[in-house]
Amino acid sequence: MTGNPSPAPVVQSVQQSNARLILSDNTFYEGYSFGFRKAIAGEVVFNTAMSGYPESLTDPSYQGQILVLTYPLIGNYGVPPMTIEQNLLKYYESENIHISGLIISEYSFESSHWNAWKSLSGWLIEQQIPAIGGIDTRALTKILREKGSMPGKIEFAGQSAEFTDPNERNLVNEVSTREVITYGSGKYKIALVDCGVKFNIIRKLLERDTTVIRVPWDYDFTTIDYDGLFISNGPGDPKKCTATIQNISKALQQDKPIFGICLGNQLLTLAAGGDTYKLKYGHRSHNQPVLLKGSSRCFITSQNHGFATDYSSLDDEWEELFVNLNDQTNEGIKHKSKPFFSTQFHPEASSGPTDTDFLFDEFIDKIKFTGESERR
Amino acid sequence: MSLRFKLKNMKIKKALVIGSGALKIGEAGEFDYSGSQALKALKEEGIHTVLINPNIATVQTSEGIADTIYFLPVTPFFVEKVIRKEKPQGILLAFGGQTALNCGVELERSGVLKKYKVQVLGTQVDAIMNTEDRELFVKKLDEINVLTIKSEAVNSVNKAVRAANELGYPVIVRAGYTLGGQGSGFCNDDVELEQLAQKALNHAPQILIEKSLKGWKEVEYEVVRDRYDNCITVCNMENFDPLGIHTGESIVIAPSQTLTNTEYHKLREIAIKIVRHIGIVGECNVQYALDPQSEDYRVIEVNARLSRSSALASKATGYPLAFVAAKLGLGYGLHELKNAVTQTTPAFFEPALDYVVCKIPRWDLGKFRGVSKQIGSSMKSVGEVMAIGRNFEEAMQKGLRMIGQGMHGFVENKELEIFGREEIAEQLSNPTDTRIFVIAMALQHNFTVDEIHKLTRIDRWFLYKLKNITDLKSEIAPYAEIYQLPQELLHKAKQFGFSDFQIAKNLVKNTRKDVTEYSLKVREHRKKLGIMPVVKQIDTLAAEFPALTNYLYLTYHGSENDILPENDQKSVIVLGSGAYRIGSSVEFDWCSVNALQSISKAGLRSIMINYNPETVSTDYDICDRLYFDELSYERVMDIIEFENPRGVVVSMGGQIPNNLAMRLHKAHINILGTSALSIDRAEDRHKFSSMLDSLDVDQPRWKELTTVKEIYKFVEKVGFPVLIRPSYVLSGAAMNVVSNIGELEHFLKLAANVSKQYPVVVSEFIENAKEIEYDAVANKGEIVVYAISEHVEFAGVHSGDATIVFPPQKIYVETIRRIKRIARQIAMELQITGPFNMQFLARDNDIKVIECNLRASRSFPFVSKVLKTNFIDHATRVMLGEKVEKPEKSLFELDYVGVKASQFSFSRLQKADPVLGVEMASTGEVGCLGEDYYEAILKSMLSVGYTIPKKNILLSTGPARSKTELLISARMLHEKGYNLFATRGTQQFMENNNIPCTMLHWPDENAHPNTLEYIKSRKIDLVINIPKNLTQNELYNDYEIRRSAIDFNIPLITNARLASAFIYAFCRLKADELAIKSWDEYK
Repeated sequence: MTGNPSPAPVVQSVQQSNARLILSDNTFYEGYSFGFRKAIAGEVVFNTAMSGYPESLTDPSYQGQILVLTYPLIGNYGVPPMTIEQNLLKYYESENIHISGLIISEYSFESSHWNAWKSLSGWLIEQQIPAIGGIDTRALTKILREKGSMPGKIEFAGQSAEFTDPNERNLVNEVSTREVITYGSGKYKIALVDCGVKFNIIRKLLERDTTVIRVPWDYDFTTIDYDGLFISNGPGDPKKCTATIQNISKALQQDKPIFGICLGNQLLTLAAGGDTYKLKYGHRSHNQPVLLKGSSRCFITSQNHGFATDYSSLDDEWEELFVNLNDQTNEGIKHKSKPFFSTQFHPEASSGPTDTDFLFDEFIDKIKFTGESERR
Repeated sequence: MSLRFKLKNMKIKKALVIGSGALKIGEAGEFDYSGSQALKALKEEGIHTVLINPNIATVQTSEGIADTIYFLPVTPFFVEKVIRKEKPQGILLAFGGQTALNCGVELERSGVLKKYKVQVLGTQVDAIMNTEDRELFVKKLDEINVLTIKSEAVNSVNKAVRAANELGYPVIVRAGYTLGGQGSGFCNDDVELEQLAQKALNHAPQILIEKSLKGWKEVEYEVVRDRYDNCITVCNMENFDPLGIHTGESIVIAPSQTLTNTEYHKLREIAIKIVRHIGIVGECNVQYALDPQSEDYRVIEVNARLSRSSALASKATGYPLAFVAAKLGLGYGLHELKNAVTQTTPAFFEPALDYVVCKIPRWDLGKFRGVSKQIGSSMKSVGEVMAIGRNFEEAMQKGLRMIGQGMHGFVENKELEIFGREEIAEQLSNPTDTRIFVIAMALQHNFTVDEIHKLTRIDRWFLYKLKNITDLKSEIAPYAEIYQLPQELLHKAKQFGFSDFQIAKNLVKNTRKDVTEYSLKVREHRKKLGIMPVVKQIDTLAAEFPALTNYLYLTYHGSENDILPENDQKSVIVLGSGAYRIGSSVEFDWCSVNALQSISKAGLRSIMINYNPETVSTDYDICDRLYFDELSYERVMDIIEFENPRGVVVSMGGQIPNNLAMRLHKAHINILGTSALSIDRAEDRHKFSSMLDSLDVDQPRWKELTTVKEIYKFVEKVGFPVLIRPSYVLSGAAMNVVSNIGELEHFLKLAANVSKQYPVVVSEFIENAKEIEYDAVANKGEIVVYAISEHVEFAGVHSGDATIVFPPQKIYVETIRRIKRIARQIAMELQITGPFNMQFLARDNDIKVIECNLRASRSFPFVSKVLKTNFIDHATRVMLGEKVEKPEKSLFELDYVGVKASQFSFSRLQKADPVLGVEMASTGEVGCLGEDYYEAILKSMLSVGYTIPKKNILLSTGPARSKTELLISARMLHEKGYNLFATRGTQQFMENNNIPCTMLHWPDENAHPNTLEYIKSRKIDLVINIPKNLTQNELYNDYEIRRSAIDFNIPLITNARLASAFIYAFCRLKADELAIKSWDEYK
């Protein structure tokens, strides 16, 4: 049986065709606009999750990207209110939308949920993000799968944009905090390097009796007093974060526990002397299977990354912690003697499955243990 | 699917799989699918598989699926005997529904499994019991702080009332250990509760009174866990109808639509927590109630086995749950198994859907006299369909067409007989089987979404989507011709699931134009505009990884096809049978699956079109390409035009594909086998009748009539009783025997409503005639194989309800000779190539033809398996033009007998009169083998739920003829030491014939001892009630006796000939004497 597509019979959409997605290979799709009418360019990536668009759209790791959702019905439950809890937006992953544009099959013009504050469309317009519905997102995804993530642009009649590759920019610098912010007043002091941190990481840490000191990506955190170092997720090519890598290298000389997530996994790799590379089309979904190395324990994880750690580039001080069961790529590393570890996936979930929440406990346990042995 | 892993549990060399028996409401074809998958998974490991399942029409009881098959009742008694004989090391309890689970629990409790050292593979019995016993269940979940619905288990009516008053009304009554919520329901006050609790306690020793959460969202998760504690949730599903309507009665959508990420993953996390705590190894279903106003939730129940929902989840996602569950039972880990669709990624993953799936139940309540049409907390539906689309509107409209009750989608249907806003509002708050169409009506009567939401508690999101459909209907309304319709609007209509017919109907309005014809114009026009559906794959990962999947559906939300047609003239399309319903179920799935297999064996590409998630034919590894889509003319043509096949098989899926034959023929589609013109000659009553006349073959006198006057005249000529029916019947819709003028008028009205296009047919009804079935395959008019079987009951009981004996035991040789001659003549005249079935009436060698279907019939799997000659394989090969030799074996050489008995589900259908007639009422069947007629009939009766009575039998034997008929058997009962009880007339008759008998008063007599009192206190072990059509009084009394027998779970027989056969059988044979022989031991 062949997997080759047949020629398209007709390309058209439900509403008036008034917006266009153009890929750098010149494929284009026409659809209807349900966001802000502004031509933009970015890297086109797809995500196969079936829920959680408010969380995804505010995930800073999507900075510079045009997001294609493969699940066809979007907007069903509107978007939640801007409630603030613990100094963080309760229902979102950052202060604003980070994707450059949104591409879906069908927008639900009517939404229904007890916690809906406004419609997805209203929110996108307010945040000046373009969005197109009425597109064969499956066909589009197949192109991205075959040819890899690629530059693309959203255009409207009379408005055009130039292709760009956001990975050439220092995206982390665009999303990181400008100042040091402290959350909570718990027992354990966590220095959190913000490369584009998702709020749920902060929430997960705060749940565990911590004080979180969120610092800019290039901040020399070795100058502050902390019990554990957390390296956050974030967008783009990890190699752009030279300042962070240098600082982490310094922390590696010490013995305080380090935990990295996503970009944090890649930065830890680079700081440890290893290498990273760009995946063809990345992992963006809620259903990535990972195996805890040396065991038969598997977990379903939430992921959003385009770059990955090349585990074989690390020296024998390090071992592989998790591996992806679909494509055998690295999903986490661990120092053999020191309390340093990181995961490529997102234990904080939001959005996505919560199976690996225990890794936060693991981090805190390491801090506790390190503290105790120091006292001894 | 090729999974080559080393067997984890090397001890298991032989394993026993328990099937679910006959199809019944709450336990249907889904267990044929899950059982077949389990058997395949075991076989792949080189394990010798033994299967117990009397359901002879299933795929799992076919050659090549299980190694050893027992057509025996699924009861602890028989299962123990099979275990003793076969000595399996392992047993699988999770694949045969509640029947198998209950049986397994019983075997564990009685120590049988321990005694024979049989290991339960998968979830262990103590874990199962923790999910089945409500009190244990709640306790277990309390341990991990998971919320359940506050409830109290009680074992008496008084305690139920007390508990309800503590919890506060409304309450729901739930009966544990039951199928599909039998005996369950809502109660608003003490009076309602007393009634329901009494009834529920008759089915279960313990019932549960719980606080009602009516109106909460109902959400389900399908969870899988392996022995390494790895867990996944394969699918979640949301009920369109909120809590209060049984999930089997509800429209269900997958994945959930109105849940946010936190809700989705909160419930997912809890599901996994539960499954770990209970210790499931395999598959499990967790049902939740979710507050529509917060994230508050309750766990409703957990099913520690494959279920209807898991079959649906498998089909909805492409994840083979039953197959994987069986492997996990053998000790595999999820990460050690492959994703069957991608073949490269592991089975440890959660499917990502890029489409939506809509399940819609199919009811057949119109087939039952007296049954309430309201739907609620107990299950009444007999089947279901699954529709796939890229938006809700598309999936919903597809699904509503698939249901196959003459509806064209959400709109453009014939009007319901509901008048005014008040009546609509009333129907919205008290839903019936037409609820969804009442919503359509409400929207068209300008009810707002909020108003409908208030009355139904259905989430507004669903209602907004439905409103999109009615709004679009109004948008089309101003146009009168297809070429005037703006292209964008037409495309939008197709994307919202409108069929060409719906669009045509809207355009045509009340003009004289023929809608069916105009819909061809719509089709032509839109093809010209390039508005065509695209073929998409279901690949479990939303296109993230390349997949070789052949699991397909069509949608209008796409710009390209995922696959290409092969265009090599090697594809053969088989049209499936659609939703299971009364008159068409698993037997046609067996036919379809066998046809697909024969096509593959012939080196051709097999393509299936079907949409029933409960079937094996919709398993994507049964064929080369599976189109999970509609069997409408429009969709079938879409697929044919895309695939350009060698030909299409319309004779395997029952009446749905058969009815398409003429239209496909007119579109110049190559129909394999018998020509469509011949099909038409058999289907069209006039053509068929004049053909019989020309062949000099006799038939009951009949006339097609349009006025009441003509009917009276005809009846005067032939005399009562007469049979009246509309033409093109399926399982006798609106068909009835009438014995007097009053009945005649009444039924004429009903028949006229069923189908205005076709006039009413009245025919002479011959009493006390034998009914004989003739199933055969012919090649260019020459008979290749045939089987003749006889009904135990006299004509008048629908052939789908009748008890059938094969080979026939009591037919004159001359009768057989005549039947064979007639069949030969007809096969030649119609140039039949393929399967066909005929029904005959025989009285004193006087033979009349009553039916002829040029397609496979319900009895094909039965006769094929008894004769051990696969009729479908022969038929398919003949249709493909292969040379087929006539088999050597003949039915007269069999040294054993097969009996097919019907399964009824009256206990689920409150108030329905459990009586048999020309209208089919059974929901399933079994077929058992025996050394002789009596052994076979006893096994088959025990298989459909009868028990050998212990002591007391109630006789109420109706008209004089049946009284005489039952005299000998009554004497046998007396001689066997049974205590006989009888109603007045019967008692006198028995006493006059020297059979001692105790008189019980009729239900409406306020005197003791009373029939009802005996039934309700369960002093009676068997009720034989033969109805007679006399006064209202008698009708009421007979009805009361029959209905209470059903409600109090006492075996009931309503046919004198069947009663006497059963009595003969159990008086001659003890249960212990029944041979425990597998299918292949009958030689």
